[in-house]
Amino acid sequence: MTDVSTEVRTTTAGGVGESPFRPDGTFKVTGQFAYSSDLYMEGMLWGTTLRSPHPRARIASIDIGPALKVAGVSAVLTHDDVPGEKVYGLEIADQPVLAYDEVRYQGEPVAIVAADHPETARRAAALIVVDYQVVEPLSDPREAVGHPYWKPVHDEPGERTAMSRDKAPVHPEGNIVRHQRVRFGDPDAATADVVVHGDYEVGMQDQAFLGPESGLAVPGEDGGVDLYVATQWLHVDRRQMAGALRLPEDKIRLTLAGVGGAFGAREDLSMQVHACMLALQTGRPVKMVYSREESFFGHVHRHPALMRYEHGADRDGRLVYVRAHILLDGGAYTSSTPAVVGNASTLGIGPYDVPHVAMDCWGVYTNNPPCGAMRGFGAVQAAFGYESQMDKLAAAVGVSPVEIRMRNAMSEGSVLPTGQVIDSPAPVMELLRRLDAMPLPGAATDDIRLLPGGVSNTTHGEGVRRGVGYAVGIKNVGFSEGFDDFSTARVRLELMGDEPSVLVHTAAVEVGQGLVTVQAQIARSELGVERVTVAAADTQVGSGGSTSASRQTYVTGGAVRAACEAVRSELLERAAERYGPGEFRLVGGRLESTVDGVVGDIASLLVEGAVERTVEWRHRPTQPLDEATGRGDAHVQWAFCAHRAVVDVDVDLGLIRVVEMAAVQDVGKAMNPDAVLGQIHGGTAQGLGLAVMEEVQVVDGKLRNPSFTDYLIPTIMDMPPMRVEVLELADPHAPYGLRGVGEPPTISSTPAIVAAVRAASGIDLKRVPIRPEHLVLR
Amino acid sequence: MEFLRPTSLSEACQLKAEHPDAVPLCGGTDVMVDLNFDRRRPEALLDLTAVPELYEWSRYDGRLRIGAAVPYTAIIEQLATEAPGLAIASRTVGSPQIRNRASVGGNLGSASPAGDALPPLLAANGEVETMSTTGARRIPIHEFFLGPKHNALRPEELIAAVHVPVASGPQQYAKVGTRNAMVIAVCSFSLALHPDTGRIGTGIGSAAPTPRAAPEAEDFLAAELADRWTAPDELPDDVVRRFGELVAAAAEPIDDVRGTADYRRHALSVLARRTLTWTWAEHRSQERAQ
Repeated sequence: MTDVSTEVRTTTAGGVGESPFRPDGTFKVTGQFAYSSDLYMEGMLWGTTLRSPHPRARIASIDIGPALKVAGVSAVLTHDDVPGEKVYGLEIADQPVLAYDEVRYQGEPVAIVAADHPETARRAAALIVVDYQVVEPLSDPREAVGHPYWKPVHDEPGERTAMSRDKAPVHPEGNIVRHQRVRFGDPDAATADVVVHGDYEVGMQDQAFLGPESGLAVPGEDGGVDLYVATQWLHVDRRQMAGALRLPEDKIRLTLAGVGGAFGAREDLSMQVHACMLALQTGRPVKMVYSREESFFGHVHRHPALMRYEHGADRDGRLVYVRAHILLDGGAYTSSTPAVVGNASTLGIGPYDVPHVAMDCWGVYTNNPPCGAMRGFGAVQAAFGYESQMDKLAAAVGVSPVEIRMRNAMSEGSVLPTGQVIDSPAPVMELLRRLDAMPLPGAATDDIRLLPGGVSNTTHGEGVRRGVGYAVGIKNVGFSEGFDDFSTARVRLELMGDEPSVLVHTAAVEVGQGLVTVQAQIARSELGVERVTVAAADTQVGSGGSTSASRQTYVTGGAVRAACEAVRSELLERAAERYGPGEFRLVGGRLESTVDGVVGDIASLLVEGAVERTVEWRHRPTQPLDEATGRGDAHVQWAFCAHRAVVDVDVDLGLIRVVEMAAVQDVGKAMNPDAVLGQIHGGTAQGLGLAVMEEVQVVDGKLRNPSFTDYLIPTIMDMPPMRVEVLELADPHAPYGLRGVGEPPTISSTPAIVAAVRAASGIDLKRVPIRPEHLVLR
Repeated sequence: MEFLRPTSLSEACQLKAEHPDAVPLCGGTDVMVDLNFDRRRPEALLDLTAVPELYEWSRYDGRLRIGAAVPYTAIIEQLATEAPGLAIASRTVGSPQIRNRASVGGNLGSASPAGDALPPLLAANGEVETMSTTGARRIPIHEFFLGPKHNALRPEELIAAVHVPVASGPQQYAKVGTRNAMVIAVCSFSLALHPDTGRIGTGIGSAAPTPRAAPEAEDFLAAELADRWTAPDELPDDVVRRFGELVAAAAEPIDDVRGTADYRRHALSVLARRTLTWTWAEHRSQERAQ
């Protein structure tokens, strides 16, 4: 069997707080890293997926006969062949492994084919005859909740009507996945001197990872299956696969293959069950790799949002109340919509102290592409709404954008509208103060590459206006609302040669964020041993939880530390037996006794054998939210980032050049300072994409731009240099005081850029991404 | 799929005559995308990368003959003075990697309304040189584009080169895209001033079924400039504005995933005004320098 797993490497660089290189960094830069799409085995077959061309249709019949007749085809499977549960899902199992009776979105998998060549498989799949009876799709999320509710701004919100649509619900239970209310203070009675309203819209963003969905399923001799796959959570994949494949979990072994980015798009299953069905059916290894176009249909996207906000404040701009409605389009299946609603509703007024809050957030089903997890997860959409409002309020009151935010900034001890007290540093004021103190970049140059339009040569300075905008955001870290969120770490300390060596083994997924590096750093710091190897993530060890919600350094990092502590305790017991009496401690690699000073080293304690400990580690528990009031201590931790954007806008053509992004973020403890900066740069770039270009365009349920030709992501000519300041204000509840880092910079980046574009153009932009016509045609 | 790899232009023409359905392949930046997306499966590919004649350019009688496979990088580095419009357009093509492979021949072969090299060829009044076993042919660029992705090439013909006059005056190209690099045109415009003949050349990209000129705008501007070439003052605002309106009026844009028809018309008028301002300023400074 050839190279099917990520490399296991020994690292020798530093511990916590240093920035050792990634063990896979050189391989990635030099093109030698094996991604999941590079998997290969002798004799393997290629799987492909037939997908629905219609957003909504009844399936009258499926005829696989013509495909089976193609030479080289080994299997053609439909929903009839799903061995176990026909549906799966992260929170609610409602998504068919293969469609039966009905398709609910364009691109829904209908049949799968295995053949000896990928093109043979694709051609055979095209011969499958599916009799679709097309039904008009429900593609407007407003329709899903009843039209009259969503009227233009300034109209009083009316009562939400019952399903006033003519169209049948997408799901029999109705179109509302979750409606979360949050009520705080007395929002109905609250009045204010200054009131600002706004309607806002967020388009559908794609995670746009570079490594498409792919994996290799290998049938096992025990009737089980081995799957090498790029994913975000091995154990939750396995749980869903076990149901669909009707296999006990221990017969399904997952090993993480090289992951080319994730950003939430790998939380839901894609090809996992399909490849295993084909492998188990044919008795041969089956590889599946989505093309770029298929990838746009093969994973969930960020929820598009329609939002209405009303902010009331006193004459000094201190907030009195916020009333808000957020409508999230979840698409055809549940995915993680309920949790996205939870975040948007609880974080939807931003990092501000507000005495009275009335928030309603809906997640709904439509026949649009399913939406689920993406970096920022509900907090991104809301931040565009509440930060746009804060700028409106600043203008209405007559103070600066920074000042209005400072006057309302939450701080440690603040109470969220859920009633939860922020019980760790919340340095919103400090972030803004530092941001405001940073020097501004110089005026526009005459190098056209640095002007709006860049090398496209659209301006030599004509029509170019400078604008500056600010935003700050809040994100929960870890899984909220009572979820049992844990990670498992196995740490083994033994002599290799004569040298102590540590093996860290978890199932936590490295998606490029640097967890492999941090796990080794923790082991090094905790045990004082330089030689640390991080084993490939697989299901031979307990769950590491999801690589999402900015949680892995916190939770798996916490588990690795706890396992190291358990190993250290065993070492000290051995020391007491051998060298007692006295108290012992390990300093660096040395063993010190309170009685005799240095008495030995770690190696001397390992002669009698290795020490291995496996620990399951949990962050503090959280509570569910009350459905009617939103009451509940739902979150584990909060993270804050603030951005200042400087933009040049060509106001005649509506083209934008982001000149500089500045960010200040509190990370509690910078476990690996270089990796922290990487996260802040990357998150900012992803937020920039949402602000000015990234949108999956969907019309009547159909994707119009499923390619990197027309779904544009920022290039190096779009993403400017950054100024970054990192604060390290320890969270007493978290390991090392650390705070999740990955998501916050994505949240405030977008509204800061839009604010800057508004400042430059004078146009009240209500929608992201901004398109040129929004700026020049009114 | 047959893979044909001639090593001379005459062999290439011979193979094309034998395999009229063969798709010429050079930089591959369009063809390979079509193949990878399974949009077409030609009977044969005619790989032209081993035909050295196609990679050469030369100068003769005040004109340039640019081989069909001369990559954009070479045009940018070697022809910026003699074919400035084409060179500016070449800088906007794709990424550095794409510009190292892609060529004008490919743009002409694909005949997409969005081809970046095409508006400057229209503005410069170029000609396409085709070759087949029966000989060479020159097709005026204004007669080359017959419809969306449809050109005047005959099945047995290959594009050998493009001919443009050496620039006698300033030329410009500007392209609107929603990203600052590596982007397909939402719309584009090229303008060439020809002080030697008193003519004006224009080319519009991505705003009609084919790349096209704006003849009314050309005639209007030629008339306005007739008495100004040798004693150039700043152009009156109403001339600049009218030129922009006439360019926009020549377009026939649609709403699509990259932009709206209204925006394209608006942007074309802006690009026309700006490129006129830039080229006229350049002409004035050249006149002053003499």
